[in-house]
Amino acid sequence: MKQFLSFVRKEFYHVFRDKKTLLMLFGLPIALIVLFGFAVTNEIKNAKIVICDYAKDEATQQIINKLEASNQFKITKTIMSHTEIENAFKKENIKLAIIFPTNFNKDLLHLNKAQVQIIADASDPNTANTLTNYATAIIMDYQQELMKNNTIPLRIFSEIRMLYNPELKGATNFVPGIMALVLLLVCVLMTAVSIVREKETGTMEILLVSPISPFLVIISKAIPYFFLSLINLSVILILSVTLLEMPINGSLWLLIAESTLLIICALSLGLLISNNTQSQQSAMLISMMGMLVPTMLFTGFMFPIENMPVPLQIITNIVPSKWYYIIVKSIMIKGLGFSAIWKETLILFGTTCFLMFVSLKTFKNRLV
Amino acid sequence: MRTLKFLLRKEFKQIFRNKALLPLIFVVPIVQLLILPLAADYEVKNINISIVDHDHSTYSQQLISKITASGYFQLADYGTSFNQAFQQIEKDKSDLILEIPKGFEKKLVRENSEKLFVAVNAINGVKAGLGGAYLNQIITEYNADIRLQWSQPDKFNTTSVINVTSTNWFNKFLNYRFFMVPGILVVLVTMVASYMSALNIVKEKEVGTIEQINVTPIKKYQFILGKLIPFWVIGMFIFSIGLFVVGRFVYGIVPVGSLFLLYGYLAIYLIALLGMSLLISTFAETQQQAMSIAFFFIMIFMLMGGLFTPIDSMPTWAYYIAKSIPVTYFIEVVRMIILKGSSFSDIKFHFVVMIGFAVLLNGLAIWNYKKTS
Repeated sequence: MKQFLSFVRKEFYHVFRDKKTLLMLFGLPIALIVLFGFAVTNEIKNAKIVICDYAKDEATQQIINKLEASNQFKITKTIMSHTEIENAFKKENIKLAIIFPTNFNKDLLHLNKAQVQIIADASDPNTANTLTNYATAIIMDYQQELMKNNTIPLRIFSEIRMLYNPELKGATNFVPGIMALVLLLVCVLMTAVSIVREKETGTMEILLVSPISPFLVIISKAIPYFFLSLINLSVILILSVTLLEMPINGSLWLLIAESTLLIICALSLGLLISNNTQSQQSAMLISMMGMLVPTMLFTGFMFPIENMPVPLQIITNIVPSKWYYIIVKSIMIKGLGFSAIWKETLILFGTTCFLMFVSLKTFKNRLV
Repeated sequence: MRTLKFLLRKEFKQIFRNKALLPLIFVVPIVQLLILPLAADYEVKNINISIVDHDHSTYSQQLISKITASGYFQLADYGTSFNQAFQQIEKDKSDLILEIPKGFEKKLVRENSEKLFVAVNAINGVKAGLGGAYLNQIITEYNADIRLQWSQPDKFNTTSVINVTSTNWFNKFLNYRFFMVPGILVVLVTMVASYMSALNIVKEKEVGTIEQINVTPIKKYQFILGKLIPFWVIGMFIFSIGLFVVGRFVYGIVPVGSLFLLYGYLAIYLIALLGMSLLISTFAETQQQAMSIAFFFIMIFMLMGGLFTPIDSMPTWAYYIAKSIPVTYFIEVVRMIILKGSSFSDIKFHFVVMIGFAVLLNGLAIWNYKKTS
């Protein structure tokens, strides 16, 4: 036991003496949470649009005012001809062009019918779709106002209540995702690299011939990162509550316990990677190239999993952060207890056991 | 010149002899490019709806069948208890609840108006907003249907109608892959080139071989060029495979604009990017440090460069951060050239910015690189 503790102490020294890495270890999660909590949102706001108004009458002016007042649109300029529209799309970041034909108001008043044309830059289909919908809604709104005088019989009103996130903030969705991402990746990366590093520089040989069992050597490597991750976790939680105003509606202890489970899972994965690589470069490339983008997508916070092709939906099941993401959402936002998430916990636990088992099995106590 | 040739030969030999690294450089990005765009689909469809029907009337039945027939919604649950429906939301089995109150049909006919209650799981704000809007649209349409049944049709001809027609340019069929593939390709190339070169130089430091190079007559610029050119070539190579093999044959993306222009921009972008990794490697002493710094920047590039989420929607300060990273410009340019066919005069500004990045980053890196330890 005493030997083991001195190994752990050695590892802590390693970590704490490397100030630059330490700074990154703590700086990274903080910066990510703050940046993405505020900046990453899939809402569409301030989209630049151009207006091509051939009519220039009262009605078009009112519609333009309405468009300008909404915070989805930012009218960059009004142009006078069709040919300029294409140039605007190609040159500037214009998302939408709205075209009013001549005699718009006259047609509307006398013929009871008028045309508006919307051209969207569909190179980004989502934005194109959403913005077209927004613009149509605003124009329809204007039309409703026109017929306000006539009383409409048989009206159905729908009262919409937004559960959990009444202001429709992006952070509510993204913070649990970023938590999963940061905890998983930082842990995997750091453990994998610190072990392979000893292999690469040759000091592993020395550790393996020491009287302590090789298994404990590896465990002692993981311990500092385990504690660092716990600190990271608390920093992330404090920041999300204070700065991003995220609620923790459920039990804090349950959340911490589940996070610990994810951290252990990530450590085992890092161990597994380090067993199967010989150089820091390949360990890093596996854990970054191989894991960063897939984790980001398969966790489900960027793109809905139910939209993916079925084989990919099956693949998402082996990504631990997906389950953690569901768990965090349930605890923090929905305020549910353990009974609601035992299944996800069990899967996460199973994955952890599996990874740990395989990494201990593949661990070699000889280098060659 | 001769020295540089030898250095380059050394670097290429080192890269190609490392059998563990080769698949990571060449295979992993291509496989990811094959799979990931399939996963990145943001279209909101298959919204699961729970309906709580207290009325059980003809009208409520009609409304329900109109909702399920719309194609946006899947009926996850139908019952009479709100609590039961709410449990479905808690379990993520359904995304929104529509509650039809008792006496809906009667009240609507007698009192001329009636309320419906909708509750949406709004954790994902965008999905919630769209789901609510779709449902509202269907209800409004249904409302119009009922009104038509009850009143004389000619009465409605007096109201003015604005007809909105919309056209989608540059991507008629709204194929989301066309948008994602070029963006993901950029990020993959960025990742490979920047990690590899940052780690490569630091490795020489860590293992100690840089000392051997430092005592040779090799000049500073020769050493740096010798380190950068191989990764520049690899970056170009991966981009080409991604664009021509995967992009063209798998996703059917044919660039509309000039390839020459695209490659010109790529060349400058890679110089800027490699300058950044060089700068990182001058700061870091160990590969672990280099990697954590590179990881930090790559994460920011990925999430803030406009790959997945629009940068226009960010708060102002974040918008300026996004505007000060090179990837943002490259993603924009790639999409502009490939999808819209923008010409050189359209992206002049982007060129100027990227050349600025290249000069600045490389300048800083060379200034900070010392031949003595």
